[in-house]
Amino acid sequence: MPSNRDRDASGSPWSGRALAEEAVPGSAIPPSSSLVADALPPDGVMPLGGEAVSTGSLLRQIVSVFAENKLAVIGLVVIVGMVLFCFVGPFFYHTDQFNAQAALQNSTQNTGPAKGHPLGTDSSGFDILGRIMYGGRNSLIVGFAAAFAATLWGVLYGAVSGFFGGWVDAVMMRSVDVLLSIPQLFLLIVLAVIFKTSLGLLIIVIAFVSWLVPARLIRGETLTLRVREYVQAVKVMGGSRARIVLRHIIPNTVGTIVVNATFQVADAILLIAYLGFLGLGLPAPQTDWGSMLNTVVSDAGNGYWWKIYPVGAAIVLVVVAFNFVGDALRDALEVRLQRR
Amino acid sequence: MIGFIFRRFLQAIVVVVGVMLIVFLLAHIIPGGAARAALGPRATKAQIAQFNHLNHYDQPLLKQFWLYIDGLVTSFNLGYSYHWNQGVTTVILARLPKTLVLVGIGTLLALIIAVPLGILQVVRRNRPIDYVLTSLSFVFYAMPVFLLGALLILYFSFDLHWFSSEAPQGATVGDILSQPRGLVLPVFTIAALTIASFSRYMRSSMMETLTEDYVRTARAKGAGPRRVLYVHALRNAVIPIITLLGLSLPAIVGGAIITESLFNYPGMGLLAYQAITNTDIPLLLGTTFFATLATIAGSLVADILYAVADPRIRYAK
Repeated sequence: MPSNRDRDASGSPWSGRALAEEAVPGSAIPPSSSLVADALPPDGVMPLGGEAVSTGSLLRQIVSVFAENKLAVIGLVVIVGMVLFCFVGPFFYHTDQFNAQAALQNSTQNTGPAKGHPLGTDSSGFDILGRIMYGGRNSLIVGFAAAFAATLWGVLYGAVSGFFGGWVDAVMMRSVDVLLSIPQLFLLIVLAVIFKTSLGLLIIVIAFVSWLVPARLIRGETLTLRVREYVQAVKVMGGSRARIVLRHIIPNTVGTIVVNATFQVADAILLIAYLGFLGLGLPAPQTDWGSMLNTVVSDAGNGYWWKIYPVGAAIVLVVVAFNFVGDALRDALEVRLQRR
Repeated sequence: MIGFIFRRFLQAIVVVVGVMLIVFLLAHIIPGGAARAALGPRATKAQIAQFNHLNHYDQPLLKQFWLYIDGLVTSFNLGYSYHWNQGVTTVILARLPKTLVLVGIGTLLALIIAVPLGILQVVRRNRPIDYVLTSLSFVFYAMPVFLLGALLILYFSFDLHWFSSEAPQGATVGDILSQPRGLVLPVFTIAALTIASFSRYMRSSMMETLTEDYVRTARAKGAGPRRVLYVHALRNAVIPIITLLGLSLPAIVGGAIITESLFNYPGMGLLAYQAITNTDIPLLLGTTFFATLATIAGSLVADILYAVADPRIRYAK
């Protein structure tokens, strides 16, 4: 489903325990320690010559754990392949995706796979293979950009809220609770209807409904980080609040950020697909993967399978790939698991 | 226990007030104003002024918010749907029960399928069936609901003619329930949304419970593997699912928009879909408000159930 808010605390539905901790404040399960804070020396205050683990070897360790995971490697290959397909593919496979009339003159509507159109044409006579590239380009751009914006804002918001604590934290987090209680898809649709969609607005609107989960995650980590000795040390040395948050707290949550951002891309791609299906995607002749499935039921009834399966498969492939990579990243960054 | 419920209830009320504020603000950020949205681009200045006066849009914002809350609390006034020519609340209340039925049955079905699936995966962990189910859950998790629904329609309705692709129609919940053939696919579509994550969660929750000390104690005193699994471990492993249920509710209710518009199911989700096509913003905001109320109430119930099931929650601060 679009919003996957069951990922709330852990970043993914596949890992169990963190969820119960966040959701039930009084839970008896002790809070898990932050992902990398234990291993990464805090910026600038690492005891000289002390810890055995240096940043370089840790990175290598992470990469090797990641590479051991076959699913993750497959996921990465799929993502890279799909990006190449959508962004470079059109240079080798030329199709007109803007001028419906010209497209109609060169082909007919809703024809099945044939010579010249390996995946057939749609109701405007556009070539489907080319359209998957073009629509995929838009879907991927929105997915990456929205995930990036949501993560950036969510991280800043969460870190500030957790660092200041007290009533600032209370107000900031209650607002997050309120926004989280509104079904994401409803909120998204309201915004998409109010602000008629374009590529840029689509990114903003999707980011607006997606930043809440990273905000919560980072706030939780900040709460445990801000009482650490090294943060106290920075304070004693006269480091400003902004410096503590930006240079010392946020860098230590980078594991959570990266893992969550990966899942965010998958979710954003699904969200834009939902908007497209509901007719709130990019206006024609622009398109995205969801908009291409706008008439999926009547296409199914008419037997136009080539309009359903290829683009459907593209969405599922990419989203699965991002979930694989996210899972593997979490495993690789979770230091406790490395010694398993 | 009473104290816990009371505290939790207060929290929910604070959230509801916050949601009211957001819905109120959303109605005010429409570019060109609500009047343009309702009356169309060709409305005269006088018409707009009259509209704004009637709806108190010419009052200060704070006063407007107060009037909004007042109208909402005293007479459940959520504004007027210009498409249906009726009050928003009236239009929604006629369809809300049908959505609750769909979502309720769907969620129940999801639980009935997902919990045994998760247990099966634990029993057969790291065997082929576990891998197959894990892969399937990844695919289902990544599949947009409308695609899944369309494929179900394609196979089970158009090809096999087992079930109807058109959801049951009718004025009352009774009418809907009397046509189970049309209900199967929409209910399953709603359920499929969560089966993947629920079963996956059940699997990891069960695995974790099996590593607990008390499970080892049970084994040590001679309880058989079945008894350990179904009597000792299951009860504790299933409790977190209640929380997951509460957290998944927004997604499930949101999924109703897609499912209902796909199957033409006459509920609140279809209403929201029609509000999109008609740009009926008061109605769209009304459905959003009701959907949010439903999820807040649902997670309230889930939390209370959790406290009933797990005494540790009740006494913690």
